[in-house]
Amino acid sequence: MARTTLHLEINGDPYEVSTFPWRTLAEVLREDLNLVGTKIGCGTGDCGACTVLLDGKAVCSCLTLAADAEGRRITTIEGLAPSPTELHPVQRAFIAKGAVQCGFCTPGMILRAVELLAANPSPTEAEIRAGFGGNLCRCTGYNKIVAAIQAAAAELELAAGRPS
Amino acid sequence: MTGDPARANPPLIGQRIPRPDARAAVTGAAIYTDDLKLPGMLHGVLLRSPLPHARIKRIDVSRARAVPGVKDVITGRDTPPVKYGNWRLVPESQDETALALDKVRFVGDEVAAVAAIDRETAERACALIDVEYEELPAVYTELEASAEGAPTIHDPYPNNISLNREITFGDLEAAFVRADYVREDVFTTHAVQHAYLEPCASLAAPDEGGRVTLWTSTQVPYIVQCLLASVLGLPENHVRVIKPQVGGAFGGKMELRKWEICAAFLALRTGRPVKFTLTRADEFAFGRRRHAMTLRSKIGFTRDGRITGRDFDVLLGGGAYNAMGPTAAFLCGNFGGMLYKFPAYRYIGRHVYTNTPPASAMRGFGAPQALFACETQMNLAAEELGIDPIDLRLINAMEVGDEIPGVTKINSCGFKESLVKVREMSGWDAKRRRRTPGRGIGIGCYSFISGGVFNWFNTKYPFSTCEVRLFEDGTAHLLTMAAEIGQGSDLVLRQILAAELGISIEKIRLTAADTAITPKADLGTWGSRVTLMMGNAVLDAARKIKDMLKPVIFAEFDLNQIHDVTFAGDRVFCAVKPARGLSLAACAYKALRLRLGEPLTAIGTYTPRNMGLVSPAFSFGAQVAEVEVDRETGLVKVERMYTAHDCGVPINEMAVEGQLEGSIHMGLGYALMESLDVRDGVTRNASFLDYKMPAASDMPPSESAAIVTYEPAGPFGAKEAGEGLVGPTAPALSAAVHDATGYRCLDLPITPEKVLRGIGRLSPPAPGGESRQPREAPGAPLPSTR
Repeated sequence: MARTTLHLEINGDPYEVSTFPWRTLAEVLREDLNLVGTKIGCGTGDCGACTVLLDGKAVCSCLTLAADAEGRRITTIEGLAPSPTELHPVQRAFIAKGAVQCGFCTPGMILRAVELLAANPSPTEAEIRAGFGGNLCRCTGYNKIVAAIQAAAAELELAAGRPS
Repeated sequence: MTGDPARANPPLIGQRIPRPDARAAVTGAAIYTDDLKLPGMLHGVLLRSPLPHARIKRIDVSRARAVPGVKDVITGRDTPPVKYGNWRLVPESQDETALALDKVRFVGDEVAAVAAIDRETAERACALIDVEYEELPAVYTELEASAEGAPTIHDPYPNNISLNREITFGDLEAAFVRADYVREDVFTTHAVQHAYLEPCASLAAPDEGGRVTLWTSTQVPYIVQCLLASVLGLPENHVRVIKPQVGGAFGGKMELRKWEICAAFLALRTGRPVKFTLTRADEFAFGRRRHAMTLRSKIGFTRDGRITGRDFDVLLGGGAYNAMGPTAAFLCGNFGGMLYKFPAYRYIGRHVYTNTPPASAMRGFGAPQALFACETQMNLAAEELGIDPIDLRLINAMEVGDEIPGVTKINSCGFKESLVKVREMSGWDAKRRRRTPGRGIGIGCYSFISGGVFNWFNTKYPFSTCEVRLFEDGTAHLLTMAAEIGQGSDLVLRQILAAELGISIEKIRLTAADTAITPKADLGTWGSRVTLMMGNAVLDAARKIKDMLKPVIFAEFDLNQIHDVTFAGDRVFCAVKPARGLSLAACAYKALRLRLGEPLTAIGTYTPRNMGLVSPAFSFGAQVAEVEVDRETGLVKVERMYTAHDCGVPINEMAVEGQLEGSIHMGLGYALMESLDVRDGVTRNASFLDYKMPAASDMPPSESAAIVTYEPAGPFGAKEAGEGLVGPTAPALSAAVHDATGYRCLDLPITPEKVLRGIGRLSPPAPGGESRQPREAPGAPLPSTR
């Protein structure tokens, strides 16, 4: 089983990894690089737990070959907080609004929300619900996740200097 | 209503404190079992039966063993032939072995396991195991399997009925003679899955002296420890079970599982750590599920709407093994008779083996099926009696002080208040008068337990145990075996301890769910038991610690012994003279000096005693659903849900809301869209793409009201919240769809096809179509062993 060497830019850091060419980005993150914040809930692109950002766009890392991520900016949940003591507004809102129960869908949900708010800084509730239709949660019934994304949107708007 | 005692609660009780463990979840730092790796770790893969029922004639593992990188291959001839099962009190109910011995009983029954240097190698080797089967006739439904002449799945059980559960009180014959109105209906419910997001995983490592450590995604570390020890033939103390973060369970992770045994067995044999991780397809195709049931209910009423009695006869589709079926069979009967005052009641539940993956515990645990049948029947009866469905319930509703003879007594109950509240919130009366074509409104109610009092596991230890340590700096350490699986118990237990000691939750370190460190025992997270049972154990330990500190204050301030000492705001002081006090830290420091260094450590325990057969406490509630039904497509759109629920005193209101909202999600999926499509024992929809569960945009707006009662058996008046609530949604939706269309669903789920057939826009189903209803007309008796 011949391995291949990949050069990946993850959370701003350069990684060189020798791995099987058929491994998905989710497998390389978890198995080869120990970046286990990315979760695998299904492995078939149906649940969204493995969501990461590729050049700012949310993708299922379980459907993305690691080799296809070469030369692109990969952001995983480990790389979202601006510093070890500070959290991203979406992360803060998920805590404050009770949007976390078992936490397994949370990394994917948060990265999906970051993409959503980058594209649409003040989404309606319907746009939020439609926006993470591909991310499943079995614990919360989604309402507190929606509330968290709304709260984060308001905070980001305020920080961007737009009238709240 | 007994709301008063709640006012004496410390201010921390009820507060919407965010979870301390959420920070790890949002940063990706939370460690689940599959995230763990150990040096030299091997990967395990299971070989499963491709047949629903077969005798194993021969297994040849030689080709698998020869694959380079394979370190071990095991079959049922290697693993100890010890039978195990959760119902340890009834050894004959324990019907599973580590791997199949002579027979396989469902598609997915575990036959062999491989450990190799990586997962790819293990999978390749697994495919090279050669098993010769002699196929046997198979049966898939509880009706087929319990019919005369059905093939026997487990030897001592002809007709495949593995156990009966009965509840009987009052004179049933007289009840039906006395009734002015009697009706009988047959209902069916289907199998659905927990669908927790984290697939099961287990990692075992050998430990010194022939011991073994198992990290596993479980909701019952203690049960796994004990049963694994019994299978491996080790002292319990040789098995250490550690529960990392768990990504949801909902009842699906409350037993010892094959991969836990195989991981431990292979770790001991190879001397290396071994990890198993299931795939989503494994979970859907072979995992535990909610019992499919066939339920016949006969109920009598007087002309003015008083219930005279119910005769309730239920067949549970159990799957290939008993699993938690005995409990589901009992609770189904309990909740058929729990909501209302039944002068007479008879229940028989029969658990039937079938050649399908075992059904087991799932959120609600037998109650959702009973409530779908019994609450739908209440709605049917209300219509025929000409009484409003809420009025009919108010006439019969359980109240504080009511008893189910020999079974239980109700010590707190906000059921009537819930009915009144949900009527008001939903605008029930106006909406019932104002009929809009295609729109409808319906109600369903529930009751649920706060933990079980029946010692089916036959533990010799307290049902819940914890240790509290207090240090000279005023911080505390809480050690408990209670299993946080996402519901928030780690926070709620800290809140209870902090409230009792008068400190903030930040002062409490928590160590949980490690059987080698946390005190024995706790029966785990199921049946909504943790808040009440472990909460009481925490209170017990906290009070013992306080008793160690109080003498310091009496001595220091020369207090008369008629005074009492209060703990609040990190201080310990005379209740009526608050200036006479010390900081908790100073008090602990002096107490340690006075005790010559003897630690401030206390064990707290809780075991329910003289509390009947079911639970120390019961929650109640009512839910109204409003729907719009598309007459062209048969699709049901849930417009809004209204819920009023009596959950005692909420310890953390945000956590209670989270449980409620999660329940609506699961109840709505159960009623309208989720269904395992199992044909000839094979699950056809083993993915999230094909097993449709509600997405964010499927969830309706929801209004809820907490009816606060004070439960005397609960810590600070608390009781169950959010498990029972998975029950009322299906009957409420069935009633709302009937109100909208005239079609009444008696056979879950409410699919668009059934709606269209029900309103005459599609022809009736072909035989063996989507309905699980027996062919006979409603009212035909079930095959009976009476």
